[in-house]
Amino acid sequence: MAQTTQSRSRTRSLFTADLVVPAIKASFLKLDPRELVRNPVMFVTAAVAALMTVLLVIGQDDLSVGFKLQLVVWLWLTVLFGTFAEALAERRGKAQAASLRATKAELTAKRLNGDGRQFDNVPASQLKVGDIVLVETNDLIPSDGDVVSGVASVNEAAITGESAPVIREAGGDRSAVTAGTRVISDEIRVKVTVEPGKGFLDRMIALVEGAERQKTPNEIALTLLLVGLTIIFLIAVGTIPGFASYAGGSIPVAILAALLITLIPTTIAALLSAIGIAGMDRLVRFNVLAKSGRAVEAAGDIDVLLLDKTGTITIGDRQASEFRAVSGTSPRELADAALMASLADETPEGRSIVLLARERFHVATAGLPADAEIIPFTAQTRISGVKVGGSLIQKGAVDSILRANAGSGETAAATELRRITDEIARAGGTPLAVALDGRLLGAIFLKDVVKAGIRERFGELRAMGIRTVMITGDNPLTAAAIAAEAGVDDFLAQATPEDKLELIRKEQTGGRLVAMCGDGTNDAPALAQADVGVAMNTGTQAAREAGNMVDLDSDPTKLIEVVGLGKQLLMTRGALTTFSVANDVAKYFAIIPAMFVVLYPGLGVLNVMRLGSPESAILSAIIFNAVIIPCLVPLALRGVAYKPMAAGPLLARNLAVYGLGGLVAPFIGIKIIDLVVGGLGLA
Amino acid sequence: MTLQGWFLILGFVALLLALTKPVGIWLFTLYEGRRTPLHVVLGPVERGFYKLAGIDPTVEQGWRRYALHMLLFNATLMAFTYAVLRLQGVLPGNPQGLAGLSPNLAFNTAISFTTNTNWQSYGGESTMSNLSQMLGLTIHNFLSAATGIALAFALFRGFARRESKAIGNFWADVTRVTLYVLLPISIVYALFLIASGVPQTMAGVVEVQTLEGAKQSLLLGPVASQEAIKMLGTNGGGFFNANSAHPFENPTALTNLMQMLSIFLIGFGLTWTFGKAVGNPRQGWAILSAMVILFLAGVTITYAQEAAGSPVLHHLGVTGGNMEGKEVRFGIAASALFSVVTTAASCGAVNSMHDSFTALGGLVPLFNMQLGEVVIGGVGAGIYGFLLFAILAVFVAGLMVGRTPEYVGKKIEAREVKLAVLAIAVLPLMILGLTALSSVLAQGLAGPLNRGPHGFSEILYAFTSAVGNNGSAFAGLTANTPYYNGLLGVAMWVGRFFIIVPMLAIAGGLAAKKYTPESAGSFPTTGGLWIGLLVGIVLILGGLTFLPSLALGPIADHLAMISGKLS
Repeated sequence: MAQTTQSRSRTRSLFTADLVVPAIKASFLKLDPRELVRNPVMFVTAAVAALMTVLLVIGQDDLSVGFKLQLVVWLWLTVLFGTFAEALAERRGKAQAASLRATKAELTAKRLNGDGRQFDNVPASQLKVGDIVLVETNDLIPSDGDVVSGVASVNEAAITGESAPVIREAGGDRSAVTAGTRVISDEIRVKVTVEPGKGFLDRMIALVEGAERQKTPNEIALTLLLVGLTIIFLIAVGTIPGFASYAGGSIPVAILAALLITLIPTTIAALLSAIGIAGMDRLVRFNVLAKSGRAVEAAGDIDVLLLDKTGTITIGDRQASEFRAVSGTSPRELADAALMASLADETPEGRSIVLLARERFHVATAGLPADAEIIPFTAQTRISGVKVGGSLIQKGAVDSILRANAGSGETAAATELRRITDEIARAGGTPLAVALDGRLLGAIFLKDVVKAGIRERFGELRAMGIRTVMITGDNPLTAAAIAAEAGVDDFLAQATPEDKLELIRKEQTGGRLVAMCGDGTNDAPALAQADVGVAMNTGTQAAREAGNMVDLDSDPTKLIEVVGLGKQLLMTRGALTTFSVANDVAKYFAIIPAMFVVLYPGLGVLNVMRLGSPESAILSAIIFNAVIIPCLVPLALRGVAYKPMAAGPLLARNLAVYGLGGLVAPFIGIKIIDLVVGGLGLA
Repeated sequence: MTLQGWFLILGFVALLLALTKPVGIWLFTLYEGRRTPLHVVLGPVERGFYKLAGIDPTVEQGWRRYALHMLLFNATLMAFTYAVLRLQGVLPGNPQGLAGLSPNLAFNTAISFTTNTNWQSYGGESTMSNLSQMLGLTIHNFLSAATGIALAFALFRGFARRESKAIGNFWADVTRVTLYVLLPISIVYALFLIASGVPQTMAGVVEVQTLEGAKQSLLLGPVASQEAIKMLGTNGGGFFNANSAHPFENPTALTNLMQMLSIFLIGFGLTWTFGKAVGNPRQGWAILSAMVILFLAGVTITYAQEAAGSPVLHHLGVTGGNMEGKEVRFGIAASALFSVVTTAASCGAVNSMHDSFTALGGLVPLFNMQLGEVVIGGVGAGIYGFLLFAILAVFVAGLMVGRTPEYVGKKIEAREVKLAVLAIAVLPLMILGLTALSSVLAQGLAGPLNRGPHGFSEILYAFTSAVGNNGSAFAGLTANTPYYNGLLGVAMWVGRFFIIVPMLAIAGGLAAKKYTPESAGSFPTTGGLWIGLLVGIVLILGGLTFLPSLALGPIADHLAMISGKLS
């Protein structure tokens, strides 16, 4: 499974033989009319190609058979290039799915009997919701579920590509396990939570294969536009024979067919589904699973990002940066006590206190005395400490320390401590109070370290019109200071899951789309309410069910990139649509003069490209129309270049490249093809 | 081209730009249903109408009901006019003793005036009695224009409202627009025309002695009153067959300028009203800028072509521009300007004969109409048509900023795209379809005066004018036949209401949507880029659709002309 990581790397070549050969095969299978009809523009193209094939045999006109034969070939190629683009995009996903399938095939389960001791070996596909299975060291977990007893380290590389093991344990936010991951130490009992075939692994296989792909709202709207354009051009071309008859002539069907196919938006229609598949695929390569294409599109529309402070805006761990003693206590005294209380504290915060005490005051302590009694931190007391040599040193949240030592009443020291802690909070730090035998010594200044470069990222987001809101459990003073330092637009302090949910609802009422990420069970309602909810893979089953995306790396920072990928998907569609429509101008200037010059020789002046002959002009236009599809496949699969910037400059840039480019490119392309066609004597 | 000519053209546009905001504010007050100073006098009249008809103007309608009432109203009026025209011979107010109209001519004319087209298959003063003109036709000049403006209001409300089921009350909109906009301006305008020498009398024919001593009968009538609303409401159906080329309709250079101004007045004003309605007047200016650019481009081409004249005539020693079919009183610049104004705006009044324009000079009026009369356009119809193009422009290019396309705070989604395409597809289907049909059928081929590409242009122009609800004629086509009367009648009806109904459906859908606040990431719909995009989309969509027909008509005609072959 180690190669999974490599296979998801983004530098993979588009046109390798193992992808292209099966894609070519599939592109012929996709000519099945039942499948073609899902793409109306390509269906019309195929119908015209079929009609021309018939007319090639039985038709009567003045055109040479060689010319008509070439026309028919290029018409069919236009269709095939379209089905090839889709097949290639799907193929790339299938290659990834293959390894996942192999994992799935070998899954067996040790299903526990009623007594909870004996088990039967059964294939994973026979498990039902509610079954309890035993998973021992080196077993693959057979089904998605929750750990009901035990603790184990699990290698989730098969799903995430990350080989460092993670801890899974009963209860709490780390109880969810995924089918196909391997237990590498200890044993756990897992309660099955999904029906066979509906698990995470199955969904992932389906997603990367594109089997369940449904058209997204924007894709539907775009398809309607393309159908509309096709109808308009059918009318425009269909009425020409009437006009020609007035002028006393007739236009061969083959030429009308060529005009129609070059005018209808075949380019974007051929690439449309490939763009969608590739967009999902890019997300998968980025180790984010979107449960639907709709979610990816919504990501592009996001107006507000709710970001958790810890891990996203600040590096996860706070660092001690100062000792603030109350009057009557020297900083040295405070540092000594803090050091003692932190020696047994293996959290990064605890280590940073030890480090600071040593640096500031050169306190040299080898370690805790042997008789020291450690008081561990609990969520209830929010205090930790140590009993050493008969004295008690306490360290913890200011409120808790004050409460624990409230016996002496509201002393001057308590008042001063509150003032100090307020100062610390206002400066963006977290205060940690220290007491020695009930005497308040002062507070340690724990500083949140804002990630390097994050301010610039938020600046970019602001330029793109996206507001960032920092979510934190800190008090409002601390939150305000960090928010100012990090450059977020707003913050939600002392946030409870209900607060988050309410904030999301409020923003949505104002017409804004909201994205957030979360991992705990209590995040689930907010994840479900958000327009884009990214659940961390390390999170609970409830959170993973509620979100519409799952981040396999469990990296909350990626929310920002997810928005970028969504935008890139929409931009790619828009750019190729604009390009496709703009192309029509040049094709008109190739075909109209060629078509009408027999009726009114004067119309030859419209032949601005000076194309060799009417036949060559028509052939060149239809060849250009066909070959532009494979030429644009890499762009469709990779997506257009995306840089975060405001909509105005972005539009100017894309209009220049794809709008103006779309106008000019075919004039050059058709001229070149015409020279080749003329040179080879094809027309 | 002369400096004087350009001075006229640019001065004309500058005057209109100065009038845009005041007119826009006035219209916006009515859009909101608020009081105007005129309510003191006309308020009781308005309430009287509601009372009489049993209408509560405060009850708002959803788009379906709005559309249904609008259709019933128009169908009823059409039936009424049909009856008046058929019974003309037995009705009073007929000093010339004219006979009733034939069924097909009455059908054509009734639809023509109901749809704000004012295509005139009949011969003006020589077919219509005074009663028919005043009761049967002028009533539509007011009400078809009021309908257009009401519909624009309905669409504005669609964009402006949030999560609302209703888009206004059709009866209230039509009544207010008629009473507080069309009627007062028409009265003042008619008085100005009378002062300038336009007749306004119920008397029929006046016998005069000419300078040579011969006797001539001059036909008079209630001309000024019809003239005012004919321009203001972009109707275009003149009292006389010669329309605004007739000295009794358009006597002086000043009336000529006023006529052109009044064609565009409400169209310009409505763009401002739109901007204000959606909360940002700059949105309105952006739309207007795109329209003015398209308009000026058209004027430039037509003026240049007409001023250059025909090389065929130059060979024969006739120097100067093309004066064929133009009034010497107005000259080339004022005629070229008038022709582009009237075709851009769905008016159809003419002060010169477009058939006699040079090929490319005549192409511009034709192309203006093929775009669906959206360059300023008919009152109301111009802006709602243009907004359909705006929806498509936003959709095509809007994706390029990486968001679901939005326009003035509303997301443009599948439903809007589908309906906008449906509405816009009506233009090619009817224009090209019916032209192609008439190019092959014997009844169709019997129509055009000329052969060759010019004859083709005549047929194409007629259907374009009908579908676009313009009503101007290229002349040359014998349209008063059962074939053309029937087909053009259908074209006018479909060209108006088959666009209106999907448009109202869009309005209803948009009104129900949430408002999406604008941000730096939103697609910018003010400013130069957007204006350029709008112009581009209108030209590309219109151009691609109609290029084959234009190539075989005016373009082939033009090429024949410059190569010295007169068609």
